[in-house]
Amino acid sequence: MDNTSKKELSVIATKVRKGIIEGTFNAKSGHPGGSLSIVETLTYLYFKEMNIDPTKPVMEERDRFVLSKGHAAPALYSVMAHRGFFPVEDLKTLRKVGSKLQGHPSMRYLEGVDISTGSLGQGISAACGMALGSKLKGDAFRVYTILGDGEIQEGQVWEAAMYAAAKKLDNLVAVVDNNNLQIDGSVEEVNSPYPIPEKFKAFGWNVIEIDAHNFDEIEDAFQKARECKGKPTAIIQKSTKGKGVSFMENQVSWHGSAPNAEQYEDAMAELNLKLKELEA
Amino acid sequence: MAEVIKTATRDAYGKALVELGEKNKNVVVLDADLAAATKTGAFKKAFPERFFDTGIAESNMMSLAGGLATTGFTVFASTFAMFAAGRAFEQVRNTICYPHLNVKIGATHAGISVGEDGASHQCCEDIALMRSIPGMVIINPADDIEARAAVFAAAEHDGPVYMRFGRLAVPRVFDENYKFEIGKAVTLKEGTDVTIIATGLMVNEAIEAAKTLEKEGISVELINMHTIKPLDNEAVIKAAKKTGCIVTAEEHNIIGGLGSAVSEVVSEECPVPVVRVGVNDEFGKSGPAVELLHLYGLDAENIVEKAKLAISKK
Repeated sequence: MDNTSKKELSVIATKVRKGIIEGTFNAKSGHPGGSLSIVETLTYLYFKEMNIDPTKPVMEERDRFVLSKGHAAPALYSVMAHRGFFPVEDLKTLRKVGSKLQGHPSMRYLEGVDISTGSLGQGISAACGMALGSKLKGDAFRVYTILGDGEIQEGQVWEAAMYAAAKKLDNLVAVVDNNNLQIDGSVEEVNSPYPIPEKFKAFGWNVIEIDAHNFDEIEDAFQKARECKGKPTAIIQKSTKGKGVSFMENQVSWHGSAPNAEQYEDAMAELNLKLKELEA
Repeated sequence: MAEVIKTATRDAYGKALVELGEKNKNVVVLDADLAAATKTGAFKKAFPERFFDTGIAESNMMSLAGGLATTGFTVFASTFAMFAAGRAFEQVRNTICYPHLNVKIGATHAGISVGEDGASHQCCEDIALMRSIPGMVIINPADDIEARAAVFAAAEHDGPVYMRFGRLAVPRVFDENYKFEIGKAVTLKEGTDVTIIATGLMVNEAIEAAKTLEKEGISVELINMHTIKPLDNEAVIKAAKKTGCIVTAEEHNIIGGLGSAVSEVVSEECPVPVVRVGVNDEFGKSGPAVELLHLYGLDAENIVEKAKLAISKK
């Protein structure tokens, strides 16, 4: 990726992070940690990879995205707002009564959400259904989903993983966001999903391992996924929970709690500084 | 007397799917390794490119059905009632009903009449489970004619539908001219002393019960409630006002099913005695289906008895 593109994407990613902080601060709840860890991936998907049009959020041939780790909704909303699906200002309505920005993504409330998620393990199955639909329509579109590393403790994930490989759903890409933390602690302390790449390989997937915060590696992975025929692709991304807000990084406490006013100011100051550096 | 045609509603389901599949190219059928038993195998044979077997993974099948429906297909997903409504309850709730998607669940082997397989497979809780989900439509056909009609009506309906089919061959109740409408109860017989509201295979038992009661001079109003949700409240209220007491009959736990649904309406709108015939909050057991139905009181004799009880409570 050339430096201009990388810089552009980094600027967007930083703005997306600000949107996550804005949303969760105003909601006084939500999941900033796991939202911040998938920002680069979502930014790449919505600004480079996917065939989408924010003015036609439900056009038939669009690529589909499923946020299987639905609690990272603040990240999805922020990236969608910055892509032009709805005003960035609306991010402040997150989780409020009457808002289209439900605590977990809902297609009933927000056009452009391809399916409602939130209950872990179900999104990847829904993505398989979409990939199957695409195949029935002659490979009409590609399907992307992001799962958490804790989420893959759900048995249903492996039902879907077995199915996707068995049916050769090569139009499906599942990203596993390996930030190593879940509500009750580190994933290996709670119930280790490791080694993750080997598990997906054993299930018959094309597996790519990347750094979740490196746009070159992200671009390379999605390109390789496109080139792979006959197998679904799993991108296992090593990420930092809370990435970009230093006091939130690698702290399990930021899985599901919102910043207070002081923390909000600190986070915004850090992100604004980052933005200034990038735009200099 | 003409010979009574007996067909399992699951057989009618399988046939109807093929018929529907010919007319509607948008219909896709899923199964979870039970195509031979749920009878979706017929669709698989006719339209292999529109049939997908997820293997023994009902949770994945239901969420997958939701995802597939978002791409514009009308998806029929089949497995036994126990696994459709039970194991995959939350997938049905969250990935089908919450987004209100066009997934039609064909749940076969419902109730005690599963027979020899025993309690693990005799689902008498599915109506209760499915009824509690907002926006879900529940149809429990009485015979093959109604089962076929349910399939076509479900395909036309916008949103999720749960269809409940049985394993046991049951007598045909309706004829080819039968008109079916989701949410519209069918009055099979008018009467003044007691109303029997039956669903599924209990409709035929209720018809037999009504004959016995009439012989004894008791006038019976008989209603086939094929749609449990949305319930035809109007029909229930009208019957309650007319006869002053109701007996419900279903092959389901008396908790949460038709009996509960009717009681809810009656207690709010027109309180009259309601006596519920159904499985009395217990698990089933192995045995021949017909024997089990008698053992659990799911027969005409018990309906007769409960009708008299209902009248005595007036």
